[in-house]
Amino acid sequence: MELDRQSELNALRPDLLRFARLQLRDAGAAEDAVQETLLAALTGSHRFESRSSYKTWLISILRNKIIDIIRSQSREVSATSLADDEAGDELLHESLFDRRGHWKETARPGRWADPEASFEQQQFWRVFEACLDHLPEKTARVFMMREFLGFETGEICKETGISASNCWVVLHRARMGLRTCLEDSWFAGAKA
Amino acid sequence: MLSCEQATELMSQEQDRPLSLAERAGLRLHVWICTGCSNYRRQMAVLRAACRRFGSGGTP
Repeated sequence: MELDRQSELNALRPDLLRFARLQLRDAGAAEDAVQETLLAALTGSHRFESRSSYKTWLISILRNKIIDIIRSQSREVSATSLADDEAGDELLHESLFDRRGHWKETARPGRWADPEASFEQQQFWRVFEACLDHLPEKTARVFMMREFLGFETGEICKETGISASNCWVVLHRARMGLRTCLEDSWFAGAKA
Repeated sequence: MLSCEQATELMSQEQDRPLSLAERAGLRLHVWICTGCSNYRRQMAVLRAACRRFGSGGTP
């Protein structure tokens, strides 16, 4: 049976918009990307049997729109804005590591119980989005280019104007921030 | 011997570039004796799996 695509689109629109906003951090650009995606979706003639396969298809269109926007903006990630991101990062590191660079007793990473079960819960993804949103803007942008849009680090350097080693530092910072946020806000509560 | 801080850097970088032989050896040794970092490495794998899922629209 074919889905009622118009009503599915309406239902999925908020998801698409959140996805675009997280990555573009610009409400206007996110709105444009979603509009274009909806337009492409309505003129397409694919058939879908479930909402989830339809959503996967829509997200793949949206991802390409976001990539186009990022490429066309060619926003330089300036050294100063990265330095702003760094201030918070130092605080995080101080809270996690002692002076010799070892985990503080209270900060040592624990075992995350059954992540696959978490992936099935909508609430987990709300927390995941909130943690992403919590990352400093430039850090988040580089991280999402790498992890959601599938850019290689070389391409990220080109699009953002930062060096490869800087890119690795930023990605490390993002992963550290994100896993700490997920541990504190989700997995710590789920621990046995 | 790597510190945990250095080990976490390598555990991030191994997702973005091939590590050198010496880096791999140092990291393997560290993770073997350090529970915190061994958990951290698993968390990195979960993070990547979560990102794959989120980025492809496979969330509920």
